[in-house]
Amino acid sequence: MEEIDARGMGCPHPVILTKKALEKIKEGKISVIVDNTTSCENVSRYAKSQGCQVKVEKKGDDYYVEITKE
Amino acid sequence: MWKSLKNNLIVVTGAVLGIAAAILVKYGNPPNMGVCLACFLRDIAGALGLHQVEKLRYFRPEILGFILGAFIISSLRKDFRSEGGSSPILRFLIGMFVMFGALIFLGCPTRMTLRLAGGDPTAIAGLFGLIFGAFLGTQLLKQGFTLGRSQRLNNFNGFILPFLAVILLLLVAIKPSFIYLTPTGHAPFLLSLFAGLVIGSLAQRSGLCFVGGFRNYLLVRDTYLLKGFFSVLVFAFLTNFVLKQFSFGASPIGHKEFLWNFLGLTVVGLGSVMLEGCPFRQTILAGRGNTDSALTILGMVFAAGIAHNYLFVSSPQGTTINGRIITLIGLVFLLILGFLNRQKE
Repeated sequence: MEEIDARGMGCPHPVILTKKALEKIKEGKISVIVDNTTSCENVSRYAKSQGCQVKVEKKGDDYYVEITKE
Repeated sequence: MWKSLKNNLIVVTGAVLGIAAAILVKYGNPPNMGVCLACFLRDIAGALGLHQVEKLRYFRPEILGFILGAFIISSLRKDFRSEGGSSPILRFLIGMFVMFGALIFLGCPTRMTLRLAGGDPTAIAGLFGLIFGAFLGTQLLKQGFTLGRSQRLNNFNGFILPFLAVILLLLVAIKPSFIYLTPTGHAPFLLSLFAGLVIGSLAQRSGLCFVGGFRNYLLVRDTYLLKGFFSVLVFAFLTNFVLKQFSFGASPIGHKEFLWNFLGLTVVGLGSVMLEGCPFRQTILAGRGNTDSALTILGMVFAAGIAHNYLFVSSPQGTTINGRIITLIGLVFLLILGFLNRQKE
C-alpha cells in the first residue's frame, strides 16, 4: 500500500498528491497522512468524489486517511 | 436542524459573513466595506503610523476578531498547531504584492464579493481577474509549484499574532494619545469585534476561502468552497436589499477602469493560490497557529504603508501610474517566482 506523507502541506497540495496517487493505480489502497482537520476533510471529500471508500484514523496529532479504490 | 446546519457549515459561514458585513455597513463601516482584509489591514498600517492618510487609521476589530475567533475555537477543539518555515520571506513578499493588487482594485476578494452584492458593476472586472489569477495559479500547481512544507514549532510561535491582536484591541479600547485613531467610518467597537469573533470561529471550522473555491473547482471540480463564496454573495445581497443599501450601478470606493480592476485582482488571485489561501483565509490560518500566514499578514500591513506613501493606491477617480507599474511588476514577479519554485517529483 502506497503511503503519502502530506504533513506540513497547505491547500491544495494534499489533494493533488492524492489525485496523482489514485490515477496511478487501477484498484487497491493508498494511505494519506495529514496533520490538520481541513486537509483531512479535503482529501476525504476528494476520494469520495472519485467513488472510493474512505476510512480515517487519528494517531497522535496526525490523521491517516485510508482510501480504497475498487 | 442542528445537524443540517453542521453539515452545511460552509454555507452557514458564508451567510453569517454576508449578513454581518451588510449590518456593519448599516452601523457605520464604509459602503460595501463591511469586511475587507486589504482595507482593514491598511487601516491598521495607518494606526501604526506606517502611512500618513489621516482618514485611514484604525485597528479594525473585525480582523482582530477573525484571528482571535480562529485561535479560540482551534484551541478548544485541539486543532491549534504552531507551525512555520515554508518559505517565510517569499510569503512575506507575495503577501506584499497581494496587498498592492488589492489596493489597485480597492478591495480584497472578500470585498469584491461584497461590492458585487451591493450592486457595484465594476467589481465584475475584479471577479474575472480573480478567476483568471486562480487559473494561472492552478497551472503553476500542476507544474509542481510549492513553497515547501511547514515544520512543527514550539507553541509559543503560534501565540504571537493572537497576542498582538489582543494588544491592538486594548489600544483601541484605552486609546492612548500616542496611537493614531482617525477612521472615516466604523461600526461600534463591540459590534465589530463580536462579528469578527463569530466569523473567525466559523471560518476556522469550515475553511471559507474566497480564492480556494475557484482554485479547487479548476483543479478537481470540487465545489465545496464555492458554496461559501456564493453564500456570502446571496446573503449580503439579500441583507443589503432589506436594509435598503443595495444600489445598482453605484461604485462607492471603487473605480471604473476595467483593465486595472481585472489585473489588480489577477495578482491577488495568483498570489493567493501561491500562498494557499486568500487574505481572509490567512488571518484564520494565523489564528490557528500558522506563523507563515502570520508573516504574510505582516507583509500585507507593511505593503499597505508603502502603497500609500508611494502612491500605488487607486482612488474613486481611477488608478495611478505608479499603481499600474507595480501591478505589472507584481504579475511578472509572481509568475517568475512560480516557475522557479517548481519541484520535480
